Amino acid sequence: MEDIDDIVQEFLVESYENLDQLDQDLVALESAPSSRELLSSVFRTIHTIKGTSGFLAFSDLERVAHVGESLLVQLRDGQRQMDQHTTDVLLRMVDVIREILGRIETTGTEGGVEVDDTVAAIQRTLDGETAHAAPAAGAAVTEPAVAEPVVAEPAVAESAVAEPAVSAAPAVPVAPAASVAPAESAAPAVTEPAATEPAPAEQTAPTGGIRVATAPQPAPASSVTPPAGTPVSTQPPAPAAAPAPAAAVSAASETPTGRSSSESSIRVDIGLLDELMRQVGELVLVRNQISQLAGFDSDAELTRSSQRLSLIASELQEGVMKTRMQPIDHIWSKMPRIVRDLAAACGVDVRLDMVGGDTELDRSLLESVKDPLTHLVRNAIDHGIETPATRVANGKSSTGVLTLRAYHAGGQVMVEVRDDGAGIDPERVAAKAVERGLKTPEQLDSMTSNEILNLVFLPGFSTAAVVTNVSGRGVGMDVVRSNIESIGGSVEVDSDVGRGTTWRLRIPLTLAIMPALTVRSGSEIYAIPQVSLQELVALDKQKTRDAIEHIGAAEVYRLRGALLPLVRLSDVLGQSQGDVDSAVIAVLQADNQRFGLIVDRVLNNEEIVVKPLATQLKSIGIYAGATLMGEGQVALILDVQAIARRTLSGDIPDTDQRGADDRTSGGHEVQELLVVTAGAGRRVAIPLAAVTRLEQVAADRMEFVGGHEVIQYRDAIVPVMRLARALGSFDGESEDLSLVVFTRGHRTIAMVVDEIIEIVNDDGVDRSAVDDIGLLGSIVLSGRVTELLDVPAALAQADPLFYQDEIDDVSSLTKTSEMAGV
Amino acid sequence: MPTQYVTFRIQDALYGVEVMRVSETLGHHARTPVPLAPVGIAGLVNLRGQVVMTVDLRPRLGFEALAPATESMMIVVEVEDGSISLLVDEVGEVLTLDDDQFETPPDTLPAHVRDLITGAFKLETGLLLTLDVDAALAA
Repeated sequence: MEDIDDIVQEFLVESYENLDQLDQDLVALESAPSSRELLSSVFRTIHTIKGTSGFLAFSDLERVAHVGESLLVQLRDGQRQMDQHTTDVLLRMVDVIREILGRIETTGTEGGVEVDDTVAAIQRTLDGETAHAAPAAGAAVTEPAVAEPVVAEPAVAESAVAEPAVSAAPAVPVAPAASVAPAESAAPAVTEPAATEPAPAEQTAPTGGIRVATAPQPAPASSVTPPAGTPVSTQPPAPAAAPAPAAAVSAASETPTGRSSSESSIRVDIGLLDELMRQVGELVLVRNQISQLAGFDSDAELTRSSQRLSLIASELQEGVMKTRMQPIDHIWSKMPRIVRDLAAACGVDVRLDMVGGDTELDRSLLESVKDPLTHLVRNAIDHGIETPATRVANGKSSTGVLTLRAYHAGGQVMVEVRDDGAGIDPERVAAKAVERGLKTPEQLDSMTSNEILNLVFLPGFSTAAVVTNVSGRGVGMDVVRSNIESIGGSVEVDSDVGRGTTWRLRIPLTLAIMPALTVRSGSEIYAIPQVSLQELVALDKQKTRDAIEHIGAAEVYRLRGALLPLVRLSDVLGQSQGDVDSAVIAVLQADNQRFGLIVDRVLNNEEIVVKPLATQLKSIGIYAGATLMGEGQVALILDVQAIARRTLSGDIPDTDQRGADDRTSGGHEVQELLVVTAGAGRRVAIPLAAVTRLEQVAADRMEFVGGHEVIQYRDAIVPVMRLARALGSFDGESEDLSLVVFTRGHRTIAMVVDEIIEIVNDDGVDRSAVDDIGLLGSIVLSGRVTELLDVPAALAQADPLFYQDEIDDVSSLTKTSEMAGV
Repeated sequence: MPTQYVTFRIQDALYGVEVMRVSETLGHHARTPVPLAPVGIAGLVNLRGQVVMTVDLRPRLGFEALAPATESMMIVVEVEDGSISLLVDEVGEVLTLDDDQFETPPDTLPAHVRDLITGAFKLETGLLLTLDVDAALAA
């Protein structure tokens, strides 16, 4: 039994591969209908599937492949020209075969897949051709090319011939492809002249009749060859082979040419490769140990041997890594079919160019790139490339060009999807963003057109005026982006209105190895992926004290004037913080947030091999994996995105939440002031005591409730007020919003400011009254006039009750629960 | 039907794991602690290039967890998604035991221990408790 299963398994693997090739070949055939090579390749594939399915007793599969093969024989022998209808039917056959194979794979049997329709459709096409021969003869004078089978016209002839033709057609293909080639190539001579030469109708009809008459005997397949040859041999008198050049060529070029790769490569089980990879990893570690031992020993022989071992191990490692790489062609091969079907569905003409298909990527990455790429291609055809009429009207050629391009750049693989279509109109994007409530017109005013283009990656965005069944349902670009980012890549878009759009995917070469920075925190080593690392800031003991400032409980660092929120790795890991003399801030970029991670020491930059973690450890949510250091020690890889999400949204407790009620502004003693800008560069100072936290959030986190902006913050819905508007000016916005968060009791307000500038001490002098709502006056800070915000008045605009609740008990309650909740 | 068990001791009690589940027994390997890991997970070890999670059953059995630096023998056991290594005090011999010596765990066992133990074999020298490795992981 097991043997049979193995055979079926092998058959499935091989067939899937062949079907992909088939899709490609069929689409290619449409543009090069006379390519013998392609036709032979297609024919061989179907022939193999049919043969094997017969042997394995998958009768439905055999039936489909059988009629398909009949059709292909006509094509191969030049009796029929490849046209769109034929391609459609053949592609449909491929789909059904794929479906049956899928069924076999899951259930072990082929039952349940509807094949009759497809068989009938192919049969109709076959019959259309057979029946077509007669009337075409008459019509041939005006229409000698005979490309499309005119099905409606030959109604009578069809009914007469159709029945026997069903069995007649299969008779031919069963003949072993290569050996019978001459006979087969002669066969077309029978019908070919009938179609191309204005032969008398009576004469043509008998020709068809002969084929039909002889066919019923061989119908039961297998031993068919002789009868198939019989009618052929009676035909030589038919007017020569001259009008059928394709047929003539067939005899000459019958020797198989395609699939050269099958001779130079073998199929290897992925599990085996993974196992090899693992063993090589072990070898490398042993190599390291030997090198170390040899280093202590003075024996020259041993040293030499160890060096050779070292070299060989490295080469072996590299070689095994390479086995996991696959050309991007593997996923591109599906594209011609997708493009063809979509172009037809959308009523556009598209030529697909693929450049750099041999660019290699790690197999696992390849899988993750497939869906985003497919989506981009669909999108380009559905939204990008215009209809032929529009294109011509705009002075472009009626056929649009879609280019897929892959190449290596800077240790990454770039994949481009470019169309020469209408391009993305920033105005439309902007209008849509406003309509969807993703941005306000004011925000858009201050955005560059490139920034506006990037809005298409926001969730819930779609520019399609009409929702089609292809794309335009508002899922898509955000998924493309998140998929690509999940494998450590990125995606960007360029577009010229009227000229086209280019989507560019940057993908790391491999997931198994990545460059990382190793750092020490406490006694352990951790690895930080380089892709998230922006820069390192070293703090010595003296500087540490002064450079790190506090806003509420949160630590911040002034990095070239910008406030950088700080997170201590020891806090993230829940470990006590040793009295460290020096520390390093690793400036990290996660999603749209930048933050500084304080570590004890930076060790090294190195390429690390990523090892997966057990589920129990993955679910902790701060580790991306583990790796082995040179000495064989295990180090954990930090998940920067996850740490950012945990800490920057406040999972680490504010240990210093003093009662907020005393923190109103207006005190005349020395106080710390947070200086921000709001609207047209106005500098506004906010008493730091009133501030609970500072946050940096992506603008898309803003939501609307009843016309008011709100944001989800620490599991609560928090009203948002825009300081600039509160002060009567307009705010300029970017993708990131700086928030100043005020909490009093259980009420929280998030205030949007343009930029957080600095924290300064106010000694209470140089103050002058300003008669404006929400302001207490103006002061001179850092040599510039700064307005002092009347916090209660300003907050009352967002939440009139903010300062009215009795909060004595509530505040302490909140505090306790927050502490306990961590 | 007799079954073979690899036996080991934790805090003087004798435990057994089916021999088919055990891939090897090893001496001490340095463990890399995993901060914030669930109780009972004693860090990661490097087993010839594979990163393997170590499990300290002590907390589940009602004892204090082993300190991170304490040396300990290990039994590597196969589980659904790879291997884990159990920290044990001492690895014993492989015993072939008949089902007629087997009894389900006594009701007097505390509930959290009973989850881990599938039953007990009555040996002449004492009891051998059979361990449910998957339950030990599901902590």
